[in-house]
Amino acid sequence: MDLIDGHPVLDFSHGEKISFNFDGKTMEGFEGEPIAMALHANGVRVYRNTPEMKRPRGFFCAIGKCSSCFMVVDGVPNVRTCVTPLKRGMKVETQNGRGRVELSCDEASRS
Amino acid sequence: MRELKTDVLVVGGGPAGLSAAASAAGAGANVLIVEGDLHLGGQLVKQSHKFFGSKEEYAGTRGFEIAKILREEIANCEDRVEIMLNTTVSGYYREERVVTAMVGEEEYLRIVPKKIVIASGAQERLIPFPNNDIPGVYGAGAVQTLMNVYGVVPGKRVLMIGAGNIGLIVSYQLMQAGVEVAAILEAMPRIGGYWVHAAKVRRLGVPILLRHSIKRAIGETVVTGAEIYELDDKFNQVGETEVVECDTICLAVGLTPTNELLWQAGCRMKYIPFLCGHVPLRDKCMRTSNEDIWMAGDVSGIEEASAAMIEGRIAGLGAAKALGFNIQDEMFGEYWVRLKNLRAGEVGEKIRAGVLNATVDGWEENA
Amino acid sequence: MKVSAIFESGVLTEERPGAVSPPEALWKSHKGGLVIVECPQRIPCNPCNTSCPTGAITEFADINDVPAINYDKCTGCALCVARCPGLACFVADLTFGEGMALMKLPYEMLPLPTKGKTVKCLGRTGEVVCEGKVENVAEPLRDRTRVVHVSVPIDKVSDVRAIKVV
Repeated sequence: MDLIDGHPVLDFSHGEKISFNFDGKTMEGFEGEPIAMALHANGVRVYRNTPEMKRPRGFFCAIGKCSSCFMVVDGVPNVRTCVTPLKRGMKVETQNGRGRVELSCDEASRS
Repeated sequence: MRELKTDVLVVGGGPAGLSAAASAAGAGANVLIVEGDLHLGGQLVKQSHKFFGSKEEYAGTRGFEIAKILREEIANCEDRVEIMLNTTVSGYYREERVVTAMVGEEEYLRIVPKKIVIASGAQERLIPFPNNDIPGVYGAGAVQTLMNVYGVVPGKRVLMIGAGNIGLIVSYQLMQAGVEVAAILEAMPRIGGYWVHAAKVRRLGVPILLRHSIKRAIGETVVTGAEIYELDDKFNQVGETEVVECDTICLAVGLTPTNELLWQAGCRMKYIPFLCGHVPLRDKCMRTSNEDIWMAGDVSGIEEASAAMIEGRIAGLGAAKALGFNIQDEMFGEYWVRLKNLRAGEVGEKIRAGVLNATVDGWEENA
Repeated sequence: MKVSAIFESGVLTEERPGAVSPPEALWKSHKGGLVIVECPQRIPCNPCNTSCPTGAITEFADINDVPAINYDKCTGCALCVARCPGLACFVADLTFGEGMALMKLPYEMLPLPTKGKTVKCLGRTGEVVCEGKVENVAEPLRDRTRVVHVSVPIDKVSDVRAIKVV
């Protein structure tokens, strides 16, 4: 991970180091820290491709306000990865387009 | 759907929201703070520089230390303040006076507050240029989050756009994190931030290019550079376009209030350029035209965190007073004086004009 | 570049108010040094005054005032150097001896300098002005802002404003 090695003013305390999966690759990150930060530390900058123009997007605001960092997390699309905490074994995928939620007939009729 | 009840709902756990919560709880109200991020403190947690202002606004103390002080104050009113993190307010239903919120990404809940303080802060502005959407074009706040909160190296070489306080401070912080700052571009003929912040980065060798702007970001999938150019008095290009090699373009071109909830609540809004966007009209106690809603901090107009904290105190007191808690009017007076002092100088000129333009003498009740 | 444009990008030039040196006679004889404050813009900030133990940085009538200095009271203690949020206070002691002056400069970078080490001394635009020897590294407020004492040739005092540890 590409972490800051010594800082004149700040001390960093991290959560437990855990593994997660990004597009089939195993990566390391810190539990409880935002998914987007862990990806960036692993050198990943492209988080999704836009629906119409297929443009690559990474994060922009990193405070959950701008929608730029939407990804598919454990099968759920449009997850704001900049404010969603990383968990052990999480499956994180590049989101292509709008993302789909598969609803079974049962679930669809209940909601 | 889960339902929560509270005396005062505070939307946003940044400097304004925490200050509002502390003063409302201090007056005896039960308070629920709802914060979208994973921690309290808002943008304070990423500020590694020392604050300006006077002792009362924690001058000379680093921003993240101020966040700690506010969190401790909140912890000391523990039984009266409840905190929900990673919870984003998603709507306000006027008829029922109900707020909806989303815990994480999938659980929804209803909140029924008696009074609300909206301290939802601000969001980063984007300026138009080709390729401004590719990864590596980051808001200044995002760069701060990466390096100052989570200790992640944001990039190897950064081009900063904007020489306001944020652009200047983040440039300095990048150097503290060991990242090279290629240059700071500023379209205006002078820096917009405090002169001393500029002096700090200049003496470390970072050029501040006045009357310069970005033409386009270079890169197929991620940023590999930027084209920049010089501007004349009419903001037209003079001279050749230059290429700057960089892997990150950091935008510090201003903020705009995160005001959706206030629109939804039907608060009377006004576009005030000096406050950087549409802001709610307010009385001296920071109450909006909705008798149940107060506001504080950047959502009421973009300003320094020191002012946000004072506004928060005022809004918290206002909400508590409306609930019938015993608040002496002198308590407001002290905060009004501090706000006035903070805004008194030349750099406060636009804020003063903006706030004056947004302030009403009082609300016609039941209008 | 025009002088005004240099100033507008954060570099003090001699033509501007704020580039004020202490009175020469007092400065030359005053052990411990005297403060130089490069804070030419009215902003709401007063920690230099509130941190000054001797009242040398006089009380502000308005928090937006630029600092005014009573040099007779300054002891060169450098508490303001450590406290100033703008890193705009510096101390220069001209009595260090043998043509050298001792400068007390704020420092918030890595690597930390160590006593005895030679460092590059930078001017207001980051240019290398000279080399200097680190005489002491203090952390007066225990808040990670270091005050680095560095000896430099006496004629470089009005130019040196930062160090670079190499």
